[in-house]
Amino acid sequence: MSIQLGGVCQPGTTRANKTGSWRTFRPVYDYDKCIKCKLCELLCPDMAVLPRDDGFFEFDYDYCKGCGICANECPKEAIDMVLEEK
Amino acid sequence: MKSLFTSGHRGCAGCCDAMVAKFTLMAAGEDCIVISPTGCLEVMSTPYPETSWEVPWVHSLFENAGAVASGVEAALKAMGKKGDTKVIALGGDGATIDIGMRSISGAFERGHDITYVCIDNEAYMNTGVQRSGATPFDASTTTSPAGKVSYGNPRPKKNMPAIMAAHGSPYIATTSLGYPKDMIKKIKKATEIEGPTYIHAHAPCTTGWGFDTSKTVEVAKLAVQTGLWPLYEMENGEVTKVRKIGKQKKPVEDYLKMQKRFKHLFKMEGAGEQLKLIQALADKNIEDFGLE
Repeated sequence: MSIQLGGVCQPGTTRANKTGSWRTFRPVYDYDKCIKCKLCELLCPDMAVLPRDDGFFEFDYDYCKGCGICANECPKEAIDMVLEEK
Repeated sequence: MKSLFTSGHRGCAGCCDAMVAKFTLMAAGEDCIVISPTGCLEVMSTPYPETSWEVPWVHSLFENAGAVASGVEAALKAMGKKGDTKVIALGGDGATIDIGMRSISGAFERGHDITYVCIDNEAYMNTGVQRSGATPFDASTTTSPAGKVSYGNPRPKKNMPAIMAAHGSPYIATTSLGYPKDMIKKIKKATEIEGPTYIHAHAPCTTGWGFDTSKTVEVAKLAVQTGLWPLYEMENGEVTKVRKIGKQKKPVEDYLKMQKRFKHLFKMEGAGEQLKLIQALADKNIEDFGLE
């Protein structure tokens, strides 16, 4: 008996879908206020908070949908949500 | 820490499912196989031929995640490959509490070494916010709409953790995405315990509950701080640990008023009585689990 394979996807392939285009508000760091607590990185539902070598973080605007959870939860209010304009 | 659940998924901005999936994989690590029944998590993470999963992942049917997880575990054992590989089923409340109930019950009764994580956003969000067995008392959904003759869903939530405890599971825990470290710790513990273990993760849905996308975590915390969602662990049927609320305790209105699904409770005539009933549910949780 042979079993036919179902649909198979390669791992992590949704990266092809740049969800940053969904965004209305863009998060922006104020590095003077940031205490590197990593909460934004932990909470981001889109894995769009990337660590930098200096311990701070930067946003991956290719994928950030602008939900604003990071700004809402930041204990130091170090993240501003700024309207996207063209 | 690089996430094993990747960007580019189609979850809404502020998606609760994406957060729970991320935390689950942080807890389980690379050596796991995940089974997801039909639901938001499945459709938004894996629009064929793409997927957000970086670990082996199977989409079962809506009703059989428990059976597929059992089969994966049994096959690994039969081939002598089980080792430390964790088998995790990760499904929504509809797939867990309603449609998948039978196959989950079977998996737990047979004692497979799996961990079942229920992402509870309290309705069928993927198909347009229909009520489920997990929808709380008085929540307005498309199939339990509040209106002239109704204050919304007339029934309280089904107590799924108690049902799983009745199966003799060695470890059951409730958790919330408002407390990610709590969630990661409990899922890790569940996967390390031999036998069928169950995690019930409360997960506020921005779209279905009607709150701003930035408030997912805030709403989750309020559910815990009001006593409407008690956090506890059960080992072999006994409650062994609870998360006390203490000074953080808030009235249920603080939680309810943030959500459109409860907005009728602040407008309709006679709704004050309903608020008292909901407060009584919270007070009972606080008393039953000793959360004060």
